[in-house]
Amino acid sequence: MATVASLPVAVLVALALARGRFPGKTLLDGVVHLPLVLPPVVTGYLLLIGFGRRGPIGEALEACCGVVFSFRWTGAALAAAIMGFPLMVRAIRLSLEAVDRRLEDAAATLGAGRAGVLFAVTLPLALPGLLAGAVLAFAKALGEFGATITFVSNIPGETRTLPAAIYTLTQTPGGDAAAGKLVLIAIALSLAALIASELLARRLSSRIAG
Amino acid sequence: MLEVDIRRRAGDFSLDVAFAAPVGVTAVLGRSGSGKSTLVAAVAGLARPDLGRIALDQTALFDSAAGVNLPARKRRIGIVFQESRLFPHLSVRSNLLFGRRRRRDATSPDLDQVIETLGIGHLLSRRPRSLSGGEKQRVAIGRALLSGPRALLFDEPLAALDAERKAEILPFLEALIQEVALPVLYVTHALEEARRLARGLIVLESGRIVAAGAIEEAVAAAGLATAGDRLLDGVTVDAVVAELDERYGLTGLALGGHRVWAPGLIGAPGAPARLRFLARDVAVALDPPQRSSVRNVLPGVVRGVKRGDGPYASVSIDVGGAVLRAEITRRAAAELDLAPGRVVYALVKSVAVSRA
Repeated sequence: MATVASLPVAVLVALALARGRFPGKTLLDGVVHLPLVLPPVVTGYLLLIGFGRRGPIGEALEACCGVVFSFRWTGAALAAAIMGFPLMVRAIRLSLEAVDRRLEDAAATLGAGRAGVLFAVTLPLALPGLLAGAVLAFAKALGEFGATITFVSNIPGETRTLPAAIYTLTQTPGGDAAAGKLVLIAIALSLAALIASELLARRLSSRIAG
Repeated sequence: MLEVDIRRRAGDFSLDVAFAAPVGVTAVLGRSGSGKSTLVAAVAGLARPDLGRIALDQTALFDSAAGVNLPARKRRIGIVFQESRLFPHLSVRSNLLFGRRRRRDATSPDLDQVIETLGIGHLLSRRPRSLSGGEKQRVAIGRALLSGPRALLFDEPLAALDAERKAEILPFLEALIQEVALPVLYVTHALEEARRLARGLIVLESGRIVAAGAIEEAVAAAGLATAGDRLLDGVTVDAVVAELDERYGLTGLALGGHRVWAPGLIGAPGAPARLRFLARDVAVALDPPQRSSVRNVLPGVVRGVKRGDGPYASVSIDVGGAVLRAEITRRAAAELDLAPGRVVYALVKSVAVSRA
């Protein structure tokens, strides 16, 4: 959920960073990468302040559309998206920068507008990078702990993520066996995501390679 | 008609050119660094000139005074790049249709006909990476043609190919260029390609036009025949097949008011044919030779005699309908007292007449 929703935004930001030339580019770059270097707890705390029921953004969202983030699963998804975002943007930006600009020029001389060039040439050629970015973000979302627990706590059935559940179990006497099972599930999920992305990327890039 | 009059400065290089290219092929000849790529980018709309005007059929594509600068996608100029630039993620068919889909209103040639002319019917479902260099360029040419262009721009389309592939693709190019009634700008560094395909020539050197005009005049004016290749130098003329001598396997061609005999059966009567006369194969006589093996004796008038430093002299002879060049020794030129205005006979052995 977090991965799917943040992908279009990540593509936009990556495009702006890879191709754009505008004042504040460095600032945007910095803000996007902040969750990568900040302690996750700080990010979670900032989210709590901003998107909590009393936070300026959270309050406005609840008033207008009835969307509540704090202590709900949506909040957990938001935290996961924010934490995975820089990884996704980095991967997509790199693959966008690798797209041959001369092909885009050729498309323009054939009558393609800017959107046409983007959807018919640039994005298809950057697809392996998009995929890699999505998988990285997914893996990060799966493992996200610090920001989530700070922002939306650890409510069973609502905001308890896989790592949070494992942590809870290890703190509970006799929870080791259940924790072990969850650990296995985490390993299986991560491996499956990695292998799937690797296979897809290979197929895509062999199709694209000129 | 494509009209270009632009200036562009980048670093210590500056391009300053003005010319007009009518319907038909105009070659732009120049070494690397002469400004060819800058010119191509400016006409295509991929680089902005500092000053000037580019117009196609009276419509301004770029006009610095009027503040006009159409983006590449609106210029309707089909471009064939040196590196073909096919889209690697699309099939040959999708590549061909890329421009056509985006310009539904434009009249572009018939898809099937283009595919047939280029001989790429068997490649349609393949991806560009599995094509040979020659095949890629043929697809790229088709893609440009099908985008409904009002002018074509070839940017060294054969430069990346080996001699064999060039020979493979040239007939296709020739056929196509005859068919389309558009201004075609053919940028190249190879004089032979220009001679084979173009009628007009613009010679570019360090960002300036040093010669322009009908192809052989421009070649002569630019002094392109250097000592090294002067013996291989010659002129290309347009003739028409007039009669066939099937008994001896010869073709008689009408050139000006003359009949020129060439070996082989070149085509049906009425068919156009480009002939090449190498300067070293043309001899000069003051009287028509009696009892000689030379079949082609063309009366003409000496236009000019160029004497170099070496033992050679180059004589231009106007035979009516074409100006031939004869490479002879300086001594022969002196002993025949060749000078402009002198009536002479240009002698060309039939076996030395070849198709361009």
